[in-house]
Amino acid sequence: MAVLVYIESSKGKIKKTGFEVAYYGSKLATSLRTDCVALLIGKTEDPGSPGKYGVSKVFHVNADQDLEFDSQSYASIIAQISGDNNADTIILANTANGKAMTGRLAIKLEAGSVSGANSLPELNDDFVVSKSVYSGKAIVKYAIETPKKVISVMGNTIQPQIIGESIVPQNVTFPIASTTLKVLERKTTEGITPLPEAELVVSAGRGMKGPENWGIIEELASSLGATTACSRPVADSHWRPHHEHVGQTGVAIRPNLYIAAGISGAIQHLAGVNNSKVIVVINKDPEAPFFKAADYGVIGDLFEIVPKLTAAIKRFKQH
Amino acid sequence: MNLLVCISKTPDTTSKISFKSDDTEYNSDGVSFIMNPYDEWYALVRALELTEQHGGNVTVLNVGPASNDIIIRKALAIGANDAVRVDLENADSYVTASNIASYAKTKSFDIIFLGKESIDYNGSEVGAMVAELLNLPYVSYASSLEVNGNISKVTREIEGGVEINEIEGPFVLSAAKGLAEQRIPNMKGIMMAKNKPLSVISPTDASQRIKAIKYILPNVKSGVKLIDPDNMDELVRLLHEEAKVI
Repeated sequence: MAVLVYIESSKGKIKKTGFEVAYYGSKLATSLRTDCVALLIGKTEDPGSPGKYGVSKVFHVNADQDLEFDSQSYASIIAQISGDNNADTIILANTANGKAMTGRLAIKLEAGSVSGANSLPELNDDFVVSKSVYSGKAIVKYAIETPKKVISVMGNTIQPQIIGESIVPQNVTFPIASTTLKVLERKTTEGITPLPEAELVVSAGRGMKGPENWGIIEELASSLGATTACSRPVADSHWRPHHEHVGQTGVAIRPNLYIAAGISGAIQHLAGVNNSKVIVVINKDPEAPFFKAADYGVIGDLFEIVPKLTAAIKRFKQH
Repeated sequence: MNLLVCISKTPDTTSKISFKSDDTEYNSDGVSFIMNPYDEWYALVRALELTEQHGGNVTVLNVGPASNDIIIRKALAIGANDAVRVDLENADSYVTASNIASYAKTKSFDIIFLGKESIDYNGSEVGAMVAELLNLPYVSYASSLEVNGNISKVTREIEGGVEINEIEGPFVLSAAKGLAEQRIPNMKGIMMAKNKPLSVISPTDASQRIKAIKYILPNVKSGVKLIDPDNMDELVRLLHEEAKVI
């Protein structure tokens, strides 16, 4: 038995969630008194770095190839390496690609699976994994009843700690099975942390009155190094791109800090954001339901408050 | 084109959530149920648009009890041609996927559609499982889909952007916002739905692999701390010293 973590990279660099799962897998392996081995697929910088987070071995598959993601071929590689190493627990990040493989691996390995784990498993008589359900309105504890397990872990579930040293990866060459799927193109925004990985998020709603007023939100976000988000009506009115929409039918996030300006806090919005560690609400309506879900509230005109907050953050950053 | 759209039943988005039987079961008392929005607004509507453009048939499939017929009739009212329900009360992702795959194996669908996730369990696992069980490619979080003969071009949402995939032949797709626009059934659709075929089939042999042992409501915030709008330095201080998030 061993724990196998699949470490995702983007443009040849290990993603933040990759280090999170490395540390998560190592912690779990320690509790299970076994080893955690990591798997990287395709050309990746610094492939030995997961060692710093406690993994004892890194398999680097096709290290010299620029590979495009295909859930079918990638899941085959992960299943093969997991079999070769007698891994019975597979950990992935709950990213777009991780989610596309969790179910596949569960079938391949005849494993029980939970996607979106929000903490380390509880190990007593059962192997119990908790996750957020009902779009953030509740948490469920699932007992996985099969000998093999596949778990995908929500971003920001664990803060990776350095507990080891970089190791020398073991290169493995795999023939990549040809499939009927081809990746033609990938378009990603440079320099901005994607919402599901963001630790700091600044979000705004209909209270902004129109897309032309978003400058103050972008300035606040840039003063913090935060990612911008918005409420559903804003995305539906095409004031902001729909990938910024957080809430029940948008992206569910769990940043350390969520600042919401001009969002009243409908139940569907709260569902997507109430796993945030700290919530700050800025709204002119003292009766806005969002204040009940907030840690800090500022009642007043966001067009005055947001620039003042930006200025205060800039002063703080200078010290 | 022969298309399959898998639909599930979820609590209405405005529902308050509570539990019963010592917090081991969802309490559905007084809850109104809807078709999972990703299945209805995006997966079903895009499938209908494709058959309107290229000709063909849209079958909807639900794994669930007879009380789910209401959402199946709605899917037929929106425009699906026929429906199948696998008669099963409780199912985890694995059991649901096994039943979808076992039905789909008997037919030849060009594309199998699902919503990107259900808004109750938020697992996003069934699509990937169905794809694996049928040995098909899987494109998750699709926000656009164009079909030209045997070739499909799909835009897929990834962290911070999109990826464009091209697939030759059949595949499984999970639908995200942007794939289509919601359609409201009209009176003619509702009347026609009553006479469209809904066949009920027996479940395949598969047992659950995970079990919900406890539901918990999230921690309620202890109360909001209000900050003077003219003292944003104080808010920044609290975020740094008290909350320790900046």
